[in-house]
Amino acid sequence: MDAITPTAVALKNVARRFVTPAGEILSALENFDLSIAPGEFFAIVGPTGCGKSTTLGLIAGLAKPQAGEVTLFDAPVDGVDRRVGFVFQQDAVFPWRNVLGNVMAGPLFRGVPKARAEEMARDWINRVGLKGFEDHHPHQLSGGMRKRVALAQTFINNPQVLLMDEPFSSLDVQTRELMQEELLQLWAQAKSAVLFVTHDLDEAILLADRVAVLTTRPARVKSVHTIDLPRPRDVAKLRYDERFIAIARNISDDLREEVLRARAGH
Amino acid sequence: MAETILPTPAPAVRMETMVERLRRRARLVLALRLAVLVFLVGGWELGVRVGLIDPFFFGQPSGIVEKLIDWFQNGTSIGPLWKQIWVTIYEAGAGFLIGAVMGILCGIALGRNQLLSDVFSIYIKVANSIPRVVLGSIFIVALGLGAASKIALAVVMVFFVVFANAFQGVREADKNLIANARILGASDWQMTRAVVIPSALSWILASLHVSFGFALVGAIVGEFLGAREGMGLLIATAQGSFDSNGVFAAMIVIAVVALIAEWLLTMIEDRLLTWRPETTINE
Repeated sequence: MDAITPTAVALKNVARRFVTPAGEILSALENFDLSIAPGEFFAIVGPTGCGKSTTLGLIAGLAKPQAGEVTLFDAPVDGVDRRVGFVFQQDAVFPWRNVLGNVMAGPLFRGVPKARAEEMARDWINRVGLKGFEDHHPHQLSGGMRKRVALAQTFINNPQVLLMDEPFSSLDVQTRELMQEELLQLWAQAKSAVLFVTHDLDEAILLADRVAVLTTRPARVKSVHTIDLPRPRDVAKLRYDERFIAIARNISDDLREEVLRARAGH
Repeated sequence: MAETILPTPAPAVRMETMVERLRRRARLVLALRLAVLVFLVGGWELGVRVGLIDPFFFGQPSGIVEKLIDWFQNGTSIGPLWKQIWVTIYEAGAGFLIGAVMGILCGIALGRNQLLSDVFSIYIKVANSIPRVVLGSIFIVALGLGAASKIALAVVMVFFVVFANAFQGVREADKNLIANARILGASDWQMTRAVVIPSALSWILASLHVSFGFALVGAIVGEFLGAREGMGLLIATAQGSFDSNGVFAAMIVIAVVALIAEWLLTMIEDRLLTWRPETTINE
């Protein structure tokens, strides 16, 4: 079965545990299974602190699982993979570099000649609508603009797997909607597999092909829901579509159960 | 008519008064600072004149000024004043440069390598807890009365401060930025250059401010302990002939040198940290 359908990302029976300062073993993930097809937009929702970010760290090769197997395009993950892009929750753009320097960082790290890297960066700065801000430093930009820099910085490397860790959670509602819209457009062109982690169920449904609900810690996949809303999607309108509301109601029952369990301290 | 004309100039007027108020406050602060100086120096001079303060032990402002003029015009008892200043600046500056470079390199190396830092951190703590001025005597015995022993003492004084800050700065580098750079494709060396050094830079520069003062202390104490020239020897000579005005005059010269160095370092810092958000006017 696995040999027939290729996967962009797969986690099989994965466990990730930490040792707390008190010497106890804390299990973030246990028996975790997940698979994402190439080009698929996959969203993960779950209660806060349930191990969503941990999952991304494992796929990115920033951490190793204690048990199980993590694969990228059916090969085991061993360290940071060049095909992976990561958009962080907090600002992770370099504050000491201007917009151009930030966007061209990836190609330069990867050995692209400087002139070519700059050309690519200017193109991506245009695409995310930051033309004219090339010489600005991050502290001179708004939160939404810094997010755009982060997106350009990631997409310029042409990732085949894009990991996003609550990327828009720090933005105000209006900016967030714009950024979601923009992300869908970028994704439609890039055709990469996306794993989008969020605590906002609406956001997950609006963006994704499939939404997975996680259990409280130790996290497992509780259920996976296919979102058969047509594309291209208009984020602003879709929010009030009856099909969207029906799906949201269905999944939110699932999610609420976990949130309540998390609050009860299980 | 009046209604359409009146409201427009109002905001401009308000801005004007705000700017004016800030200027007035700046003038007030300057005036008060001068008043404090006049009060202290004037009080000292007056105290000597009415006999409350003994100038033999505590000097006298007018005597210090005379001494400075005399030194500049006729040279000091141990040679021209410029020569003494230059020797001390040379020793402090060389010690500062060597100590700072070593401190930065070691701090970054240990900050980036967990094993190295685990092994060496204990020794650095021990070395740091020794009052380093004591080493001056050893350096003079080992390296002689020339500049080398003073430079060595200044290096030791500077190294630990810069090292501790560089180490801390590397350790404090934002984990998100490091993860981001790694995923964008940075090698270890690229990571050090693109993320670690820039984020440690504000720590390192802060330590350079403090440590030039330490380098001066190292050079002067070294000269104190045994030298043929320099500001420290000048002070020691003045002390030996019970010349308190001479001690104070040398102190003022050293203070001017320290302030100029401080000003230069601030300029370098501003140039290197242009990416930082500007501070507001109110600061």
